[in-house]
Amino acid sequence: MADDEGRPEPVVRATGLGKRYGDFTAVDGIDFEIRPGEAFGFLGPNGAGKSSTMRMVGCVSPRTAGHLEVFGLDPSVDGSTIRARLGVVPQDDTLDIGLNVRENLIVYARFFGIARAEAARRADELLDFIQLGDRARDPVEPLSGGMKRRLTIARALVNRPDLVLLDEPTTGLDPQARHLLWERLYRLKQRGATLVLTTHYMDEAEQLCDRLVIMDGGRIADEGSPRQLIERHCPRDVVELRFTDGDRLAEAATTMAGAGHHIEPLPDRLLVYADDGERVVDQVEAVGVHPTGSLVRRSTLEDVFLRLTGRSLVEA
Amino acid sequence: MTGTGPSAPSTGRSERDGVSPEEAAAVGHRSPPRFLRVAEYHARLYRRVWRGTLVSTILGPILYLVAMGVGVGTLIDDSPTADLGVPYVQFVAPGMMAAAAMQTAVAQSLYPVLASVKWIRTAYGLIATPLRPIDIAIGLQAWLVVQLLAAATVFLAVAGVAGAVRSPLAVLAPFAAALGGLAYSAGGAAWAVSRESEQSFQPILRLGILPSFLLSGTFFPVSQLPAALEALAVVTPLWHSVSLVRGLTAGTLGGAAAAGHVAVLVAYVAVGLAAGARAYERRLHP
Ligand SMILES: Nc1ncnc2c1ncn2[C@@H]1O[C@H](COP(=O)(O)OP(=O)(O)OP(=O)(O)O)[C@@H](O)[C@H]1O
Ligand SMILES: [Mg+2]
Repeated sequence: MADDEGRPEPVVRATGLGKRYGDFTAVDGIDFEIRPGEAFGFLGPNGAGKSSTMRMVGCVSPRTAGHLEVFGLDPSVDGSTIRARLGVVPQDDTLDIGLNVRENLIVYARFFGIARAEAARRADELLDFIQLGDRARDPVEPLSGGMKRRLTIARALVNRPDLVLLDEPTTGLDPQARHLLWERLYRLKQRGATLVLTTHYMDEAEQLCDRLVIMDGGRIADEGSPRQLIERHCPRDVVELRFTDGDRLAEAATTMAGAGHHIEPLPDRLLVYADDGERVVDQVEAVGVHPTGSLVRRSTLEDVFLRLTGRSLVEA
Repeated sequence: MTGTGPSAPSTGRSERDGVSPEEAAAVGHRSPPRFLRVAEYHARLYRRVWRGTLVSTILGPILYLVAMGVGVGTLIDDSPTADLGVPYVQFVAPGMMAAAAMQTAVAQSLYPVLASVKWIRTAYGLIATPLRPIDIAIGLQAWLVVQLLAAATVFLAVAGVAGAVRSPLAVLAPFAAALGGLAYSAGGAAWAVSRESEQSFQPILRLGILPSFLLSGTFFPVSQLPAALEALAVVTPLWHSVSLVRGLTAGTLGGAAAAGHVAVLVAYVAVGLAAGARAYERRLHP
C-alpha cells in the first residue's frame, strides 16, 4: 500500500483526534501520522494527554472526536484485529503476580491464540532477549522495578507486533537498564517494527525518536525531528550565568537586555540563548556583569520542551 | 479470526510477508475462541491456588452435609411430628449442593473481579490483546461453570455414599447447581467490575447472600416461613436451583416445574451477562 508519490501508507493516521472524559477534554483535536518503521515520540508535561492518545491508538479507549486509523483500519470497528498486531507497554505494569515470570509470557501469548509449544518457545527466546533467563521460574512480585519493566516489554513482543506502543518504558530504571532497553528497542526497529513511545527523558527522546510531537494541554505544540525542533525553537547555544544574589541577577538581566536572541531569568541563573555562546561570555565581561559562574552549552530538546510547555508546574 | 494470520494486511514488517508454515500454525488457525482463552487463563491461575480453595468449595459443604444430614437429621427423623416425607439427609443434601454453588459463585465474582480492575489491574493487561471486554466477562463465567460443575460432582458422590440420592436423574443435579451459581456470578461480576471499592460487598453478603443461604429452602421448606418471607424466598435464584437439584436427586421433578425453574435461572444469567457486557466495556475501554 502506498500513496501517489510511492510513500508507504502511514501505520497510524489521526485527524482532529479528541478524547473527553465526561466534561473534561484530555485530548483536544490532534493530527499526526506515524510512518512504518519509524520511532515516533509523544512528549509533554504530566496530564498533557499522552497516555490518553496512546490508549486510543491501542484500541482500548474509544475516541470522542475526529478520525483515527491504525493499519488502515478503524479502531472502533476492528479493535480486536488491530490489537492482534500491537505490542503494548502500559504506563503502569499489569503483570500477573499469581504467575511466575515465564508463565506471564506464555499466558499472554495464549491470549493472542498462539499455540502452546510456540508460546513456550517464544517465552524462552524473549527471556534471553531481556536478560531474565535465569529468573524464568521465579515469582514476579519480588523482581526489581526495572526487571518488571523489562518483563512487561518482553510480554508486549510475544505476538511479534508490527507496532509497539511504549508508555514511559524506562521510567524508574537505572542507567544500565535504560541503556539495555534502548539497545533492545533499537534492535526491534532494525527488524522493521514501528515504535511509538512517550517519555519524560529528553535525552531518551533524542536518542530514540526519528520524529516527535510535543503535547501540552491536550494539543500538539509542535512536531518534527529532535534536530528540527531544536533548530526551530532555539539558537545553537545556551549560556548559563549563575548568581548567588537575586538583586545582582535582576540588575544583570537589565544590563544584558538585547544580548543573544532571548534572555530567561531563573531564580539562580540567567539563561541567554544565542548563536554564539562564547561571544555572549565576552560581552558579559565587557559590560561589567560578574556572575559567580558561567557555562556555555548546546541547546537541547529539553530547552525546546521548556520553551513550548513553560517552566511552571501549573496544570493546564 | 484474530487478524494475526498471514492474510492480515502487512504494514510495517517485511518478515511477515513470508510467513513460515510454523508461524501460520502458531498463530491464528487453531486458536480457540477468545472467551475460552480467558477461561484457560483462569484455569492456569487456579492451578496455583486450588489446594487453598478445597476447604471452602468442597470440604465445607461436605461437613455441612454430615452435620446437618447425619447429626441434625437423626433428631428430625426420630421426631413424630416431622413430615418431610423423606429422611432429612435426602432433603438437605441437594439444598447444600445448590447453596455451595451459590457461595463459590459469589466469592469468585466479587473481590477477584474488583481486584483485577482496581488493585492488581491484571484485566488491563488482557485488554491490550485481541481479547475484548465481553470475552473477559464471559471467559470468567465459563471458567466458573467448570469449577462449579467439578465441586458439585464431588459433592454428589459424597451425597450418594451418604444415602442422599434416590434417582439416576441426580447426574443432572450438578448442572442445575452450576446454573444456579451462574445466576449469581454473572450479575455479581457485573456489579463488582463497576465498583471503586469493596464497601458495597459486605451489605450484599450479609443482607442478600446469607439470608438466602438460610431461608431459601436449603435447610427447610420455604412453606414454613411467614408468607411475606416466603414470597421473598421464592424469587431468589437459590430457591429455584435448590428446587431443581432436589427434584433431580429425589426423582420427583415434573417437566413443567423443571422448565419453570430453568427459565427463571436462565433469565437471571441473561440479565447478569447483559449488565456485565456493558459494565466490562465501560470499565475496560474508558
Ligand atoms: N479514565 C479517565 N477518566 C477521567 N480522566 C482521565 C482518565 N484518564 C486520564 N484522565 C485525565 O486526562 C488528562 C490526561 O491524562 P493522560 O494520562 O493522558 O496524561 P499524560 O500525558 O499521560 O500524563 P503523565 O505524563 O502524567 O502520564 C489528565 O488530566 C487525567 O486526569
Ligand atoms: Mg501518561
